[in-house]
Amino acid sequence: MSTNGDYVLVAEQVRKEFGGLVAVNDVDFAVPRGKVISLIGPNGAGKTTFFNMLTGVYKPTSGTVTLLGEDVTGKPPHAITARGIGRTFQNIRLFQNMTALENVLVGMHARMHANLFNSVLRTPKVRREEKEVRERGRELLAFTGLSRKATEVARNLPYGDQRRLEVARALATEPQLLLLDEPTAGMNPQESAEFTAFVARLRDENKLTVLMIEHDMRVVMGVSDRVSVLDYGEKIAEGGPREVQQNERVIEAYLGKAAVEDMKKQGLS
Amino acid sequence: MTDVAIRVPTESVGFRNQARAWWRGLNPWLRVGIVMVLQLVLFGLLFTVDHALGFAVLVVSTIYWLRRLPDRIRQGATGGFILLMIILAIVANTPWTLVILLAVGAVMSFVPAARRDWVFPAVLLGLAVLYPFYADQMFTMPIFGVWPDVGTGVYMLVFIMMAVGLNIVVGYAGLLDLGYVAFYAMGAYTSAWLMSLQFSHTNFHFGAVGITASLPGIHMSMWLVLAFAGCVAALSGIIIGLPTLRLRGDYLAIVTLGFGEILPQIARNGDSLFGFNLTNGPNGITPLDPPGFGHAISNATGGFLPANYLQCCSRTVNIGFLHIHHQISSFDVFFWTAIVLLLITVFTSLRLQYSRIGRAWIAIREDETAAAAMGIPLMRTKTWAYASGAFFGGIAGAYYGVFRSATFPGDFYFNISVFILCMVILGGMGNVWGVVVGAAFLAYLNQEGLANTGAWLNANIHIAGWRPNFQVPLYASGIYGLIILVVMLFRPEGLIPSRRRAAELHEAETHDEPLYDHEIAGTEPL
Repeated sequence: MSTNGDYVLVAEQVRKEFGGLVAVNDVDFAVPRGKVISLIGPNGAGKTTFFNMLTGVYKPTSGTVTLLGEDVTGKPPHAITARGIGRTFQNIRLFQNMTALENVLVGMHARMHANLFNSVLRTPKVRREEKEVRERGRELLAFTGLSRKATEVARNLPYGDQRRLEVARALATEPQLLLLDEPTAGMNPQESAEFTAFVARLRDENKLTVLMIEHDMRVVMGVSDRVSVLDYGEKIAEGGPREVQQNERVIEAYLGKAAVEDMKKQGLS
Repeated sequence: MTDVAIRVPTESVGFRNQARAWWRGLNPWLRVGIVMVLQLVLFGLLFTVDHALGFAVLVVSTIYWLRRLPDRIRQGATGGFILLMIILAIVANTPWTLVILLAVGAVMSFVPAARRDWVFPAVLLGLAVLYPFYADQMFTMPIFGVWPDVGTGVYMLVFIMMAVGLNIVVGYAGLLDLGYVAFYAMGAYTSAWLMSLQFSHTNFHFGAVGITASLPGIHMSMWLVLAFAGCVAALSGIIIGLPTLRLRGDYLAIVTLGFGEILPQIARNGDSLFGFNLTNGPNGITPLDPPGFGHAISNATGGFLPANYLQCCSRTVNIGFLHIHHQISSFDVFFWTAIVLLLITVFTSLRLQYSRIGRAWIAIREDETAAAAMGIPLMRTKTWAYASGAFFGGIAGAYYGVFRSATFPGDFYFNISVFILCMVILGGMGNVWGVVVGAAFLAYLNQEGLANTGAWLNANIHIAGWRPNFQVPLYASGIYGLIILVVMLFRPEGLIPSRRRAAELHEAETHDEPLYDHEIAGTEPL
């Protein structure tokens, strides 16, 4: 697989073992620039483990992860964030007792330069930077529809807003690649539809590359340029959304062998 | 008659509610008058028992009801109250300090919320700076007896400083440190090494005051030593931190506890480290050089900054009508210096809290995994917290060593670490002001308060011929434990909590709201 500029992220032969269990089995994976890629698969297929290897939470047992042409395998999460991956979590992991704006400001940590000493002295440089990031933070909140919630404590926000705030916080890290781990979990159909449009906007207007784990097929089919399917830690299919939908192994993974034979008998396929 | 009687709202039923309605219907000024008369009766009763107790109850109860008055008459009522207090106190020939403090307290309760952030600390600072002048004019407190003397004030300030430093580690970054005494010890020994005869095979003088130049040993100016001690402590914080801060929660606490034991043990047994006398063992290092600014600076400031703390201060301040005839002593100067050091600590601590690194500390406390994913380097950020806390611990230790002119290994036991942690917990983790109050109270108890309380108990309790002989200071640890227990049960966020901490500790109570809010979630397009 080539590591030229067309790909933001390339994972080669990535493998993760927990004791005897192979959670991710030698997966090759590439994320082309400016596209929305979905990663789907039944529960326990290794999707989140794969995500955690990309973001440095886990160190791969073997294989390499290349981000923007640089080998980042086994680098700590903060270094990978600094190099351009922003992420959200499957279970919301906001800083619950900080305000929405503060959450976003924490997201900008890697893009700021104030250190211990000039923060105490509050030099003009620090003051300017603080003003800039606060403005930028408010812009991000407005962009995600949270402009009126800036001073609210994250834990007091309704569920949907917490999801948005996680995205705003991830965007604050100024990522080249945005990883969304089940972003529409718990959303109602209307919210999911809105979110789908939002992801499309990130891609088309902000020229952002998005990789998401998603279970809601309407979201996946609605916005993805490519879909990859994991099952038992192996990549079993990859391609355009329609193509994957028709793939026999994918249907089998989700519904079982019997269902596939059944469908064949009925001529559905 | 099957009609269900339409119940009149229960508010107007029953004697209690009727009385309440009648009371509310009265003219507000009349109500204020009635309450005042009632309070005066209560005051008169208590006053015969104990002057200060009477005033304390009067002031607390008055502030309580003043705050519940409608805005339009509150200011007037406050003014009247203060006037009344002053008249009362003069009639009763009460020390004027009490009158002033009562008045200040009453006025403070009406400072608008928006200004409290700076008015409260500013007034408190003013009262503290002037304390040496009016300390001997202070009234006797109920139970606690006389107010702390200025020497105790220095002790309190040093411990407040350490508590504020520990608050950076525990309150901001959420790292439980049970070995903070190690940094206190590092600071104290640094000042002892650099300001005494300990290394008598050398002769190095730099800016020391009050000693002859031929004196052997290292003798440096205290100001340099303080900065140096802070840096040494911070450096040892980094060295201790690097291997330990990878651990989380309880494991970190246990390892820090270990280091808190190791350093004092080295101090205790350091009189022959491979044949070298580093710490003079259990005998400690004493005396230390006096601090001071030296003659050049002293003369340049017209004697305002003393050349030598121990030979200073012959000046007398006389304010006749307040009975102030105070000769400034070296204790006072030590006290004011400690205030300046504490101010620097508090200022730094506040600046850090609202900065990039302060946010990172709080983020780590809230969720390490998420913080790392947001680009915060965990190890480095935690180490900075540890080093910052250690820095102030080191300065406090060094200053206290100079103040007492001695450093003994027996001062650095594990219980000091816990004592400082108690101050942080009692005051309110994460909130600098809370920690200041908590630390001041516990440090005072430890130094004077418990002994005074014991004396009061022994003098005032006699049941059927039995007079107790409580040695209250002996029960110190138990009493602090009890205080912490009570705080944990009734106010786990501490006396003056930080907004965030209070929210964290009451998490369970607010989680019963619906997890999913259709109405709000649906209104704003994402």
